[in-house]
Amino acid sequence: MRIEKKTETVLEGSEAVAHAVRACKPDVISSYPISPQTHIVERLASMIANGQLSSQYVLVDAEFSAASVLAGASAAGGRAYTASTSQGLLLMTEVIYACAGMRMPFVITGANRAISAPISIQPDHQDAMSLRDSGIVQIYVESCQEAYDTHIAAFKIAEDPAISLPVMVCMDGWILTHSYERVELLEDSVVESFLPPFQPVHFLDVDHPKSWGPIADEDLYMEFRYAIHDAMEQGKGRIKEIFSELAALTGRDYGGLIEAYRTEGADVVLISMGSMSGTVKDAIDDLRAEGKPVGLVKLRCYRPFPHEEIYEAVKNAKVVAVLDSNISMSSEGAVGMDLKAKFYGRPNCPRIIDVIAGLGGKVINKKAVFEIARRAADMADGNGSSDESFFWLDLNRSVL
Amino acid sequence: MKITVGAVVEGATALNYKTGSWRDQRPVIDESLCKNCGICEMVCPDSAVHEVNESLEIDYDYCKGCGLCARECIAKAITMVFEVK
Repeated sequence: MRIEKKTETVLEGSEAVAHAVRACKPDVISSYPISPQTHIVERLASMIANGQLSSQYVLVDAEFSAASVLAGASAAGGRAYTASTSQGLLLMTEVIYACAGMRMPFVITGANRAISAPISIQPDHQDAMSLRDSGIVQIYVESCQEAYDTHIAAFKIAEDPAISLPVMVCMDGWILTHSYERVELLEDSVVESFLPPFQPVHFLDVDHPKSWGPIADEDLYMEFRYAIHDAMEQGKGRIKEIFSELAALTGRDYGGLIEAYRTEGADVVLISMGSMSGTVKDAIDDLRAEGKPVGLVKLRCYRPFPHEEIYEAVKNAKVVAVLDSNISMSSEGAVGMDLKAKFYGRPNCPRIIDVIAGLGGKVINKKAVFEIARRAADMADGNGSSDESFFWLDLNRSVL
Repeated sequence: MKITVGAVVEGATALNYKTGSWRDQRPVIDESLCKNCGICEMVCPDSAVHEVNESLEIDYDYCKGCGLCARECIAKAITMVFEVK
C-alpha cells in the first residue's frame, strides 16, 4: 500500500538521518562527534532534550567506547545506533569485528571521509573499507532521501533473525551530510508498521547468565566464521525483500542490492557507489544522447557483495569500469578487486577496468566520467592505446 | 551439537577448558611462610587461587603459570617451579 500522506520538507542530509533514526526509536545512542558526522548526533541529542525521543544517550570518550556501548546495549536486548567517520571508524574496527561475530544487530551511519595521513576531512570510501572484512553489512546511498529511507530499512535488515548483523549506512561526508535536499518523511505510524520492536535472538539476563563470544578453538572457530559469511550470503534475498517492502510504502524504489541505470545494450558499464552515482548518471544521459552505449551499475549493497546481480547487469557489456574511491596500496580498489575475483573464469565476462578516483574529495565531475567512459570505450573497440585495466584518475603528476 | 548464533552460550562453559595445560611453570606455596593474606587470590587473573579450609590453594586445572601471585606475595611464600616430566 502506497502511503499518500506525506511530509515533504527540505532537510540537511544529517538531519534527515536523525529523523529516520528518531522514527526507529533506538533504546541506546552512543555519541562521539567527529566531522562530518557531528550534525547527526547533535540533532538526535536535541530531539531527546526536546522530548521527541527517549533513547539513552551516552556521550563517550572515543569511538572505541562508542562501539562498545552498542555492544553492551545490543547484548542487553536493545536497539542501538551511533554515527562515525574516518579515524573514528578505524578506532571502532576491533569492536565491530567482535560485534559482527557476536551477531549484534545495531546500525551505524558511516559519513564517509578520507583517512590520515595526510589529514583530510573530505569524502572518500577508505574508512568504510577498513571494516570491509568485519562482517558488517554496508549499504551506500546517493541522496539525502535515500539516506533517510535506507536507515529505516537498515534496522530491519540488521534485526532480521536470519541476518542478525550490524549494518552501516554509508553516506559521503559533506556531499550528503551537509547538503540540503527535498526529503519526504514518513509518519511514525508507518515506520512502526514497517519496523516491529526488536526481538533479540539472545539477551543478557541475570537469571539465566550467558557468555557472548567465548573461546572457540580450532574445532569450532572456523565454523563460527563461516556462519557469518553464510548469513551474509543467505541474507541477500532478505535484504532485497526488505527494500521492496519499504519501497511499497514510500513509492521510492532504489532497485534492491544494485541499481542498473541505462545498462540495456551498453558496451561500457560504469560501476559506482554513493553520491558520485548522481554525477555518473548525468554524464551517461549526455553520452546516451550522443548515441554512445554507456550505462551504470550503482552498487547499493556492498557487503553482502551482490556479484550475481552485477554479472546479470553487465554480462553483455564489453568493458566494465569501476570507480573505486579507495585503494589497497600496491593492489587495486576494493570493488574492482571483488569484481575481478568473482568474475574470473566466468563465460562472457567483460573486461574490467579499476579506476582509483575521488580520494580525499578529489572532484569526480562529468568531465572525469567522460574520460573514464572514453578509455573504457577505447578498450571495448580495441582501437585505442588505453588498455590499462587499472589507473589513478586525474593524478597531478607534476607534483610527484 | 549445533553452533549458536553469535557464539552465545550458557554461562561458565569456560570451566570446560582446562587451561592449566598451557602452563610451563607452576606456583608452589610454602605453607610455613604463607600468612594467608589472600593477595595471591586477589591478583590471580584466572581466579585459580582459592581459600580452602583457611589456607590458600592453587587450582592447577586453570592456573596458566603467569607468576603474578609469586611476584606479588609479600611473604615471598610462592615459588615458580618449571614443569618437567
